Amino acid sequence: MENSTKDHAELAQDFNRDEDRVNWHDETLWFIRQKRDKTAHQIPEWEALREAASQIKNNVLSNLHNYLVLFEKNAVTNGIVVHWAADASEHNKIVHKLISEANVNRMVKSKSMLTEECGLNEYLAEHGIEVIDSDLGERIVQLAEEPPSHIVLPCIHKKKEEIGEIFHKHLGIEANISDPQFLTETARGHLREIFLTRKVALTGVNFAIAETGEFVVCTNEGNADMGAHLADVHIASMGIEKLIPERKHLGVFLRLLTRSATGQPITTYSSHFKKPRDGKKMHVILVDNGRTVQLGRKDFRNSLKCIRCAACMNTCPVYRRSGGHSYHTAVAGPIGSILAPNLDMKKYADLPFASTLCGSCSNVCPVKIDIHEQLYKWRQVLVKNGYAPAAKKVGMQLMTWTLSSPGFYHTVGKVGRLVMKHAPFAVNNKLNPWFKQRDMPYPPAESFNEWYAKNEGKTHR
Amino acid sequence: MKVGLFIPCYVDQFYPNAAIATLRLLQKLGVEVVYPSKQTCCGQPMANSGFEHLTKRCNELFIENFEEFDYIVAPSGSCVLHIRDHLHDDKNPEAAKRISHKIYELTAFLTGVLKVKSLAAKFPYRVGIHQSCHGQRGLHISSMTELVSPEFSKPNSLLNMVQDIELIHLDRKDECCGFGGTFCVTEEAVSVKMGKDRVEDHLKHGAEYITGVDMSCMMHMEGILKRLGSKVKVIHIAEILNAE
Amino acid sequence: MNSREKILSAVIANQPELVPLPELSSFERNASGCSDKFVAMLKSVGGFFYYVSSYDEIINILLSVNGENKKIISTVTELTAYYSEEFLNNPQISNIHDIDVAVLKGRFGVAENGAIWLTDQEMRQRALPFICQHLAVILNADSIIPTMHEAYELISKVTYDFATFIAGPSKTADIEQSLVIGAHGPRSMTVFVMINDQ
Repeated sequence: MENSTKDHAELAQDFNRDEDRVNWHDETLWFIRQKRDKTAHQIPEWEALREAASQIKNNVLSNLHNYLVLFEKNAVTNGIVVHWAADASEHNKIVHKLISEANVNRMVKSKSMLTEECGLNEYLAEHGIEVIDSDLGERIVQLAEEPPSHIVLPCIHKKKEEIGEIFHKHLGIEANISDPQFLTETARGHLREIFLTRKVALTGVNFAIAETGEFVVCTNEGNADMGAHLADVHIASMGIEKLIPERKHLGVFLRLLTRSATGQPITTYSSHFKKPRDGKKMHVILVDNGRTVQLGRKDFRNSLKCIRCAACMNTCPVYRRSGGHSYHTAVAGPIGSILAPNLDMKKYADLPFASTLCGSCSNVCPVKIDIHEQLYKWRQVLVKNGYAPAAKKVGMQLMTWTLSSPGFYHTVGKVGRLVMKHAPFAVNNKLNPWFKQRDMPYPPAESFNEWYAKNEGKTHR
Repeated sequence: MKVGLFIPCYVDQFYPNAAIATLRLLQKLGVEVVYPSKQTCCGQPMANSGFEHLTKRCNELFIENFEEFDYIVAPSGSCVLHIRDHLHDDKNPEAAKRISHKIYELTAFLTGVLKVKSLAAKFPYRVGIHQSCHGQRGLHISSMTELVSPEFSKPNSLLNMVQDIELIHLDRKDECCGFGGTFCVTEEAVSVKMGKDRVEDHLKHGAEYITGVDMSCMMHMEGILKRLGSKVKVIHIAEILNAE
Repeated sequence: MNSREKILSAVIANQPELVPLPELSSFERNASGCSDKFVAMLKSVGGFFYYVSSYDEIINILLSVNGENKKIISTVTELTAYYSEEFLNNPQISNIHDIDVAVLKGRFGVAENGAIWLTDQEMRQRALPFICQHLAVILNADSIIPTMHEAYELISKVTYDFATFIAGPSKTADIEQSLVIGAHGPRSMTVFVMINDQ
């Protein structure tokens, strides 16, 4: 996926070749959006909670330096080893070093979108380290040799029959099994063996608390805990923006996170890791990888408030009908489309355009990121930096000339309507993407401007 | 009260009836309406495509045409939102700001400024309402399903004053139709699929007409309806509110 | 400059002007009617629930649900039949990997989401509430609070090295959004709410 040269529109077109599948994908995610609505509406203070969460995160971004220093100091006092990684490559090297120091060549890992962003699995594989993802959805896409298509539901693009096929091929079950209960039980057996035998476990981090030097990991499956509590070495990878000031702020975030994500009132497990077990090791890796650059972009910095709930993906009418892989980046959907151009403007220039700017994403965001406004602003930045397709530039210039001159505009409009009326083949052809699956509007005999001049007598000015 | 009528370019060219209905409706309600004939466009097609820097002349034209009025009214949520959020003129920043405060989408003007309590309109059909995103989420002319807030809708409150109209219920009452400006051609596959799904929701619930405050969304759905060979029509809300 | 200094100096150069933290006191609630809400939420997250008035009652329920030949481990001293100091002091994975039922005390329950707070003092071994096939938690009836805001008020008064909220059995909906109970952790969670603590 990462190496694909197709842009979002082309990948989305591929996805749309199977309309039944698009309907299924859309309805599955819409179901989650509805669950989110239902649970949010049970909390009368919901909007006040979003506002509080937004303000806490604004404070974090404005005081991040001090919170990082404070977190480090408290975590070290707790017996946690703190590492700093300027970029993806440094993060991966640190993880590799820690695995080597434990004298092992394999590791179990729970969900961490940061490690997807850093390409950790690929890096470790190149260095002879086996990584097994323990989140069920992640394990499924890992066996299928695909990246996750959704940050909370990694294999939401896969049908149960396909998952049965993957398990048949890799985990030795009989062919043609598609019962989710049976498939989950199969994965449980397979992964329990992994949990019991791995000496190193890596987890992500949902929140890290400056005040206490602890960090919180949320899962439904219990896979982060199974990995971390049974291993000798626990590595926790986190972006520097995951800091929150005080423990009491978790009250706000844990109320919002899972309700926004899946419509559950809370994840099954919200684990607070403060100190390693006796004789065991706990590491935290604080990763920048472009985040400080984003922090410096005034219009885009508040994308760093994201708590990775994926509500913006579930609500996005484009995401639901184009699939996570069409975004060709670790974090898909609306939030991914405002994060990715920060990492590579050229590679991700298409993503801010993969939206109708309908604004639903900003409405569901639990930390009130102005996602659709940032999509608009990224478009301006990308065009100014020369990442607009050439044809689009010419078209826009023509449109600008037309709309900048009232006389020219009315002439062009009249000619256009005449052409549509008397030579419809000029617009109704396969070169016109509108016409491929939609009819053109029927051109009226006269524009409103012409009608007004005739019927209302006096034209203004 | 002197109102400047702003008719978006595609309404002017393709949907003059929506503009005529807007004019007649406002006149019926006793408003002095003037249509400045040198207007063109709000500049949104360029700006949403990332070319906001090319909209300078559109902005100047807009200010020249509309500065003198007490209010500016347009039969479009999307274009009004664009003017509110993005109209600027480095030489005349105050004028741009004044305009952004006095421009209204039609239904917001009728309910908020004119405070219309009754209409002499009659429209004996089953009608589905398309909530255009820019009117709804941008201008807040209706409550939104994502937010935990009291329910309201300015367009619906007006349609409820129309005699014999039957408003249908939709499964997804505020999902985007997929028009999205140049999105409709640059992301053709997804745009069409979104439009088909929206139209299907209206058809499933027996709509004879689909209406809304934005002709651009309706143009999109009309294109799909026609290709499907459907008899269901799109109509701007002004045409219903002005129907006799 | 090492990475730590590089990152910290980039942060300080790029972070915006300081904005204050919000006041959170308006979110706090009084505790009336909490128990019913807690029971409803616990059930909604897949938990089972019993009101009990003695430890004997708990043992009887555990036996009737699980049968005789199960490996039941408790960190609750009052449940003498299932409590073994020697067992709990042995951190070997081989010791704990085949536990059928683990019985622990919870500190408090949260009505708005059915979650129960447990610290490593109640767990003795961190893996215990996760690795067991079935989890049972004993809670005092007066330790149910309305929301997460009150929860963190209480948490600020205790110390722990590891602690967690647990809301129901381990679960997943990763396969086509079909809810399956018993992902990697316990296949069931039973909460005993003790009305008259002995």
